[in-house]
Amino acid sequence: MESLIVILVGILVSVGTYLVLSRHMIRVIVGTAILSHAVHLLILAMGGLKKGVVPLLGQSEDGFTDALPQALILTAIVISFATTAFLLVLAYRTYKTNGTADFRELRGISDE
Amino acid sequence: MTFELAIILLPFIVAACIPIFYRRLPKKAIGWVVLMVPLSLFLLLTTYIPRIAKGQTFSNYYEWIPSFNINFTTYLDGLSLIFSLLITGVGSLVILYSIFYLSKKESLHHFYCYLLLFMGAMLGVVFSDHLLVLYTFWELTSVSSFLLIAFWHHRKASRAGARKSMTITVSGGIAMLVGFLMLYSMSETFSIREIISNIDVISEQSLFIPALVLILLGAFTKSAQFPFHIWLPDAMEAPTPVSAYLHSATMVKAGIYLVARFTPIFGGEMIWFWAVTGVGLLTLFWGSFNAVKQVDLKALLAFSTVSQLGLIMSLLGLGSIAVYLGYSKDSIIYTQAAFAALFHLINHSTFKGALFMMVGIVDHEIGTRDIRRLGGLMPILPFTFTVALIGSLSMAGMPPFNGFLSKEMFFAATLKITQLDVFSIDTIGVLIPVVAWVASIFTFVYCLIIVGKTFFGKIKPDILEKNPHEAPIGMLISPFILIGLVVGIFIFPNLLGHYILQPAMAGIYPTFPSTEELTPHISAWHGFNMELWMTIGVVILGITLYFLLKRWKPIYRWIPQRLTLNSLYETVISFSENVSESLTKRYMNGNLTHYFSYIYMVFVIVVAGVFFLTNSFEWSLVNNSSVESFELILVFVVIFAAVAILFTTSRIASVLLNGVLGYSVAFFFVIFRAPDLALTQLVVESVTTALFLICFKFLPDLTPERTSKRVKVSNGVISILVGATVTIVGLAVVNYEKFETISTYFEDAYNLAGGKNIVNTILGDFRAFDTMLEVVVLFIAGLGVYTIIKLKAKKGDADIEN
Repeated sequence: MESLIVILVGILVSVGTYLVLSRHMIRVIVGTAILSHAVHLLILAMGGLKKGVVPLLGQSEDGFTDALPQALILTAIVISFATTAFLLVLAYRTYKTNGTADFRELRGISDE
Repeated sequence: MTFELAIILLPFIVAACIPIFYRRLPKKAIGWVVLMVPLSLFLLLTTYIPRIAKGQTFSNYYEWIPSFNINFTTYLDGLSLIFSLLITGVGSLVILYSIFYLSKKESLHHFYCYLLLFMGAMLGVVFSDHLLVLYTFWELTSVSSFLLIAFWHHRKASRAGARKSMTITVSGGIAMLVGFLMLYSMSETFSIREIISNIDVISEQSLFIPALVLILLGAFTKSAQFPFHIWLPDAMEAPTPVSAYLHSATMVKAGIYLVARFTPIFGGEMIWFWAVTGVGLLTLFWGSFNAVKQVDLKALLAFSTVSQLGLIMSLLGLGSIAVYLGYSKDSIIYTQAAFAALFHLINHSTFKGALFMMVGIVDHEIGTRDIRRLGGLMPILPFTFTVALIGSLSMAGMPPFNGFLSKEMFFAATLKITQLDVFSIDTIGVLIPVVAWVASIFTFVYCLIIVGKTFFGKIKPDILEKNPHEAPIGMLISPFILIGLVVGIFIFPNLLGHYILQPAMAGIYPTFPSTEELTPHISAWHGFNMELWMTIGVVILGITLYFLLKRWKPIYRWIPQRLTLNSLYETVISFSENVSESLTKRYMNGNLTHYFSYIYMVFVIVVAGVFFLTNSFEWSLVNNSSVESFELILVFVVIFAAVAILFTTSRIASVLLNGVLGYSVAFFFVIFRAPDLALTQLVVESVTTALFLICFKFLPDLTPERTSKRVKVSNGVISILVGATVTIVGLAVVNYEKFETISTYFEDAYNLAGGKNIVNTILGDFRAFDTMLEVVVLFIAGLGVYTIIKLKAKKGDADIEN
C-alpha cells in the first residue's frame, strides 16, 4: 500500500509541477493545491499505513498508528489553505492592476 | 595589560556611539568630542616609547574563533609604534583642522563616524599579529576610505573616485588574502612572528614565490604603486582633511607597513628585491613626472604622494638586500636604506599633511585650487604661504628641513647598492641612482610650482573682488604644528632615530643581533660627497626646468589619451559591466515560469543525482501493507482527476476536479486511520472550492495555452522528472528503519497531557508552539488578504517608491 501511495504521490507531483509551469495564474494556483495534497499523502505514507488502530486512547490499549505525521499534516492542511486563499487574492489583485492573468504577458509590465 | 586591545577598540566604540548621541550634542561640539579619541590614544602611545626603545615588545592574546585557529593577537613593537603614532598623531591634527574646515551644515556625524572607523581599522592593521585579523582590518580601511571619498556623494566624481579606489584596493586585498592562505598552508600558523621564526622551512616550498607576489599585489594596490596608482588622484574628491589623513599620511602607508613587516620573511628573495625596488622607483619617477603637468593643486599633491610612496617603497626594497646577505660587518651598511625608509615615512607625513592642509585653506578662502586661476596670494595669506614654502622645500629635499636628511640618505642608499654584484645589480643597478636623481629633479620642479604658481606672480582680478583673507587661527594650528615638526626633526634627527626608528629596525631585521648598529647617526653635513653634488644638480636643473616649463611641457601630449592607464581601467570596467548585464538578462528574463523551471531542474539534478551517484536506492515490498480493491479504485479516481485537470479548458471543471482530488484524499485519511485529518480535509476542501468559485467572478476565464509544442514537451519532461524524483525519495524512505519511531512517547498522552486524542494532544500540548505559530501564519495570510483587497493603489503611487 505504501509503495502504491508513493507512486500516486509521484503522479500528483508531476501534474502539480506541470500546472505550476503553465502560463495562466489559475492553473498555477490549482497546481500548488495539488502539490499540497501530494505532500500530505507522502508524509502520511512515511509513517506507515494501516498498521494499527486510530490514535484515540480508550479505543484500544496499544498498537496505535503513528500519530506524529497526522499532527504534522493537520498543521499543513491549514497552512496550505491559508496560502491558497492568499494566492487567489494576489491573483485577483494582479489581474485588476495589470489586466491580465498570463505570466508571460505580466513580464513586461513590472513597474520599474 | 589589555591596553593594546583597548586602543584598537576605542575608536570603534566611539564611532558606534556617535549616531546615537549626536543629536544631543551641539553641532560644533561633535568634532571636539571626537578629537579626544586620537589625542588620548596618542598620549597613551607615547608612554610606550621609552619601554619600546629599550627593546621591549608587547603581545597579547585573545581567543576569538579558536575552532578555526583565529585569535586576536595584538603585537606592539617599534614598527607598529611608528605607524600607530602617525595614525593617532596626524589623526588628532586632522580632526582639529576639520572642525574649522567643514561647514556646520555637512552631516558631520557621518564624517566623524567614518573617520573613527578608519582610525580603528588602521590601528588594527598595525597591531595585528594574526594574518586573517590583519586582513579583516585591512579591508575595513578600504571600506571606510570608500565611505569618506564618497562623503559628498551628490557629486558624480566623488562616487566614481570612491568606486575606483574600492575596486583597486579590494582586488589587491583579495590577492593578499590568497597569499596569506598560502603562507598558512606552508607554515600552518597565522601568526606573523611564528612564520618569521620558521622561515627556513617555508622558503624552500613551491608556494613561497606565488605567496610573495600576491602579498606584494596587496601592498602595491594599497600604497598606490605603479600601475595601480590611478585610484589615488581620483580619491582627491574626498574632503581635504580626509586626503591629508587617509590618502597621504596613513592608509596609503599600510602597503609600506606590510612590505616592512614581511621583509624578514621574503626579503632574501631576488624577486622581492627587484619588485619592490623597481616598482618603487618606477612609481617615484612616474608620479613626479605626472605631478608637473597637473593644474589642480590637490591632483598635484596626489601625484606627489604617489611619487613619495614609491620612494619609500624603493628604499625598503634596497634595504631587503641586507636580509639576503645576512648579518655581517659589511651588510650592516645596507640596512640604512630601510632606516631611511622609516625616516622618510615620518617626514613625508609631516610635510605632506601640512601641504594638504595648506591647499585646503587656499580652496576654502579663495574658492579654487586651479593654479591657472591662482597667483600672488602671498600678501593675502602670509601664514599659509609659510606653510607652503616650508612644506614644499622639505619635499624638494632642501635644508634646513627634514626632507633634506631623508633625501640625502635615499641618494646614499641608491649609490651604495651599485657596489654590490648580487642579483645582477652590477649590470642594470646603475639605473637605480639615475632614476632616483631624475625623479628628484621633477620633484623639485613641482615643489616650485606649488609655491610659485600659487603665491607669487600677479593676483587675478576675479579673486581680488571676493576680498579674500587669511584663514581662521583654528585652521592654522595643525599645519603649523606639522611645520614645526619639519624643522624640529631637522635639528634633532637623532632623537627620533634613537627612540622611534631604532626599535622599528628590530621589526624589519629581527635576526640581526643589535639594533644599535642598525641606527646610523644622522647628520646634516657630510662634506662634499656624491649625495650633495646630486642635490646641487637637482637644484640647478630643477630651477632651469621650472623657468623653461612652457618650452618642454608639450612632451606630455606625446602619450595619446586612449593609451593611458585610466582609459584602460575604464574600458575594463565598462566591458565587464556590459558582459555581466547581458549575461544576467539572458536568464533573468522576468518570466516567472522560467524561474520555476530553474528551481525544479536544480531539485532534480541535486536530489536524483545524489541517488544516482551514491547508488543508495533500496526498495522492497516486504513491510508494505496489503491493498484492497476499493482502495485501488480510489487511487484510480485520484489519478483520473489529476490527469483530467491537465486537459480541461474550463476553470469550473478544473476546480471541481481539484475538489474531487481533495475529497478523495479525505477518504484516504479515513482508510489510513486518521479521522481528524479526514474531518479537517473535508471542511477545508469545501471552503477552498467555494473560495475558488467566488474568485472566478473576478478572474478571467481559462484560455487554452498558446504555448508552443516545444515548451509543452520540456515542461512535461521537467514535471515527470520531478514526480519521479519524489517517488524515488519516497520509496527509499518508506523502508528506512535506522531510527526508532518517537511516536510511542506521545501514546502516553493521557498521563502527560490529559487528553485521549493523541493527535489533538500533540497539537494542543506537546507542540503547542507550532500550533500557535500556525495560527500566526493564518493571521498574517488573513491580514494580507484583507489589505490586498482593501488597498486601492492610486495612480502615481508607484512613482513614490522609486
